[in-house]
Amino acid sequence: MTNNVAERLLGYDDEVFGVEHYQSDVLPRWCSGCGDNAILTAIQRLCRDEKLLPEKTMFVSGIGCSSRLPHYMNAYGFHGIHGRSLPVAEGIKMARPDLNVFVTTGDGDCCSIGAGHWIHAIRYNIDMTVLMHDNGIYGLTKKQVSPTSPQGLKTNTTPRGSYLPPLNPLSTTLGVANVSFVAQAVDWIPETLYDIISAAFHHNGFSFVRILQRCPEFMPDMFDPWVQDPQQMLLLEHVNGLHLSPELGKVYTNQEAHDPADINRAREIASLTEIIPVGVLYRNEEIPRYDDIRRPRGVYTNEKIRAGIEEELDKYTI
Amino acid sequence: MLETAADSAEKKAPGKSAKPIVKLAEHIVEIVSDSGEGAQRCGQSFATIAARSGNGIWTVEIIPAEIQPPARSIEGTSGNRIRVSSNTVTNGGDEADLVIAFNEQVLLSRINANEIKPGCIILLEDKWATHPDANIAAVYTETRDRLLGDGYNILEIPMEVECLKHVPDAKRGKNMFVLGMLCSIYSLDLELGRQQVARIFAKKSDAIIKANQILLEAGHDWAAANLEIKYQIPAVKKSDPQIVVNGNTALSLGVLASGMQICAMYPITPATSASHYLSDVFNKVGGLVHQAEDEIAACAFAVGASYAGKCAVTITSGPGYSLKQEAIGLAVMGEIPMVVVNVQRGGPSTGQPTKVEQGDLLTACFGSHGDAPKVVMAAANIEDCFYSMITARQLAETFNMVVVVLTDANLATAQQPIPRPEFSEEWLAPPVDQSAVPKDAKPYDWDPKTGLAPRFVPGRPDGMHTLTGLAHDQNSKVIYDPEINEQAIEKRSLKLAALQKTLKPPPVFGGDQGDLLIIGWGSTKGAIEEAIERVRADGLKASSVHLQFLQPMASGLKEIMGRFDKVVIVENSWSDDLEHEIIDENNQRFSNLAWLIRGRYLVDADCWSEVKGRPSKPGAIERMIHDRLQ
Ligand SMILES: Cc1ncc(C[n+]2csc(CCOP(=O)(O)OP(=O)(O)O)c2C)c(N)n1
Ligand code: SF4
Ligand SMILES: [Mg+2]
Repeated sequence: MTNNVAERLLGYDDEVFGVEHYQSDVLPRWCSGCGDNAILTAIQRLCRDEKLLPEKTMFVSGIGCSSRLPHYMNAYGFHGIHGRSLPVAEGIKMARPDLNVFVTTGDGDCCSIGAGHWIHAIRYNIDMTVLMHDNGIYGLTKKQVSPTSPQGLKTNTTPRGSYLPPLNPLSTTLGVANVSFVAQAVDWIPETLYDIISAAFHHNGFSFVRILQRCPEFMPDMFDPWVQDPQQMLLLEHVNGLHLSPELGKVYTNQEAHDPADINRAREIASLTEIIPVGVLYRNEEIPRYDDIRRPRGVYTNEKIRAGIEEELDKYTI
Repeated sequence: MLETAADSAEKKAPGKSAKPIVKLAEHIVEIVSDSGEGAQRCGQSFATIAARSGNGIWTVEIIPAEIQPPARSIEGTSGNRIRVSSNTVTNGGDEADLVIAFNEQVLLSRINANEIKPGCIILLEDKWATHPDANIAAVYTETRDRLLGDGYNILEIPMEVECLKHVPDAKRGKNMFVLGMLCSIYSLDLELGRQQVARIFAKKSDAIIKANQILLEAGHDWAAANLEIKYQIPAVKKSDPQIVVNGNTALSLGVLASGMQICAMYPITPATSASHYLSDVFNKVGGLVHQAEDEIAACAFAVGASYAGKCAVTITSGPGYSLKQEAIGLAVMGEIPMVVVNVQRGGPSTGQPTKVEQGDLLTACFGSHGDAPKVVMAAANIEDCFYSMITARQLAETFNMVVVVLTDANLATAQQPIPRPEFSEEWLAPPVDQSAVPKDAKPYDWDPKTGLAPRFVPGRPDGMHTLTGLAHDQNSKVIYDPEINEQAIEKRSLKLAALQKTLKPPPVFGGDQGDLLIIGWGSTKGAIEEAIERVRADGLKASSVHLQFLQPMASGLKEIMGRFDKVVIVENSWSDDLEHEIIDENNQRFSNLAWLIRGRYLVDADCWSEVKGRPSKPGAIERMIHDRLQ
């Protein structure tokens, strides 16, 4: 059994896997121009570059357009129920620390029906990479308002415009005790999308990436002002965060040297309204991980288990 | 001025021997107090001492619904009922024979609930008669006199006054004085009492143990010197080792021994105490209890852990069970083995958190939308609580199914001696399979006959696929094809039939044929079988069958029913009464199991059910059988 895995591990260094190796035989069914495609590509590149063993890599999702992503990966996938991807992923990681766990979720999946789990997942700080595809709308169910929809948005359930200002996923995450990694990416700058997902993957703990994702089907021009005018974007650059290539730096000149250790500035950046920040807002590798704290230590042989059970039975023996 | 226990024992020793000892086959004792005065601990200790002496025992907790109910209130009654016998006891029995009450209000609550035998002996704390609050004194005196008038044999006991001779505050410790009295009344070995006190306070200082032992001895000696009652319930010590546990502890011990290492839960009465105990000891077998943010998360967490190769258990009660439905459906669809325990309580909604009801059977069988076949089994006694965990894990992993185990508030807190389980390594789970998946194997390679398919746990090379809650084919690919969808539904359903083929017909208790057959499930078993024994002793031809598997049901029940003239299903879930003016055969609702039996076997099975929030009494079932056979 173990030999098998060891052999494969050894083999991997010699073989060169391309992105295709991580593509499943199911073709993505997202609408053309859907930002989910760019996210999928970035993840497949990451798997290739990190030489992740497909059998040791797990993609967990809930329900939504975005949650279809695991089907398109050549890896283990778990496409569960709406809003519950995080607790499922927690159970998986707790049972199997050897797996690389990724979660893909939508703004409805994460910030509405799964909001309770989201808050607690941040606090548990279990080692996993969470990609929240935020298109500001319910895609799969055909255009209903989401907690991140801009106020006034006309949708099928708010035909006269939505009533409330949106929830800010970055500020919310940064407000939870034990938060350890928060970043924001956009689907239309593939280079930074990749870099940010990579930084999230390498983070020791629960990494939360909000990805602004275009939904041409229901929100055709939602991000146009930002896509068309790079000045409306704020790129956070730092030795401990995002590194901008010279080419990109020339296009996105609106930059800030933001140290991801600075949570106060991270919160200010998170609450910017007109400008979209891109980069690592916060990172702290020192936050204790629930999976690490709770992991049973030591080897539990059958003898040890027997001894434990007998000891308990002794307590109740009359 | 402290009088030592030794002094008083010596002084009073002569009186003790003078009393005649009445031999009894069994007695039901209740100890009731305000919450926090320790009647529960006293009752449990008395039961343990009796069990250690070799008596059969069954205890029933009397639990107030609130943490801090008002003092001297009917709703605040807290305590324990202990049925002590020369033989094995399987239920809490009928009305109590002897009651010890710390005030007259808690006593009244038991009398009002018809739990006390008319005319029985009541040992009542007498300090209220002279209470500085004239109102309290008047209420006490009035109640006492009324009950005396009703024929109760009330003996007023200066419990507090006696305790104060030994300790500065009698609020804590009066229960140990009472325990001593009980040791004397039932001729139990005081040394066992001292040991029990040492066990209870094992984590406390020697001084505390000593002080409580002094109270124990004081109670013993006071009763010996001042009470005319002296009983003995002859006991036969069992040769094989026994453990005394309640159902929730037995359940936790079962989890420890089942090979499961992950329990995900959210606190809810009456399930919580199982998780408390498990939290304390699970690390001994490499396990962990995860208290999730809610029951949905707890169930999803268990689904995740089980999917990843470590079959997990999630333990809950009524409202929590409702919340888990969608995630249970996901496990059914994904064919993920998982154990779900529902310690049933009164419902619907918040219902009666601390009280027993068997109202969740149909939810367990048919809960979660769509066709969601899952195994449903029920524990009938304390021993079952232990072994059902081992069976459930094995079935879950053999059939890749959700196994729901139903217990209830009655079993959760009832204590009984059971043979000490002999642990077998076969109970443990095999290591997580990480072998490579054979080339071209499919993640849902359903066997056409049994519906079974091997499982591709993550980590297995070449087994990569995406499990989905959407309808899927053998490759776990989302499908929209009506034929494939129906085939997949058939396969998931077939697994229940495959399991059913392995089940043995349920044994019949009583005679193989006769006039009336009772069918029951869960915690009513002891009371039903005791009722059957009693009516058979009266010459009636009644028998009973108790179902461990509710879904699937073992074969053979139809033949058994065919050998009896009448079938009555007995359970603690609601059924309409045909006598009611607007109830008739077009709208009558049956109790849970009755629906199942009537539906499956097309028999005109009748039902007798109670939802009083307390275990059904053997006497009530006995009377019902007499009525039906008239
Ligand atoms: C319990 C439950 N409620 C509702 C739904 C219907 N539903 C499916 S996806 C979805 C919203 C998806 O929105 P989002 O999470 O933003 O994902 P997107 O499709 O936009 O990627 C809803 C309401 C469901 N599947 N389950
Ligand atoms: S509806 Fe929107 S989110 Fe869904 S696939 Fe189409 S473009 Fe993407
Ligand atoms: Mg969305």
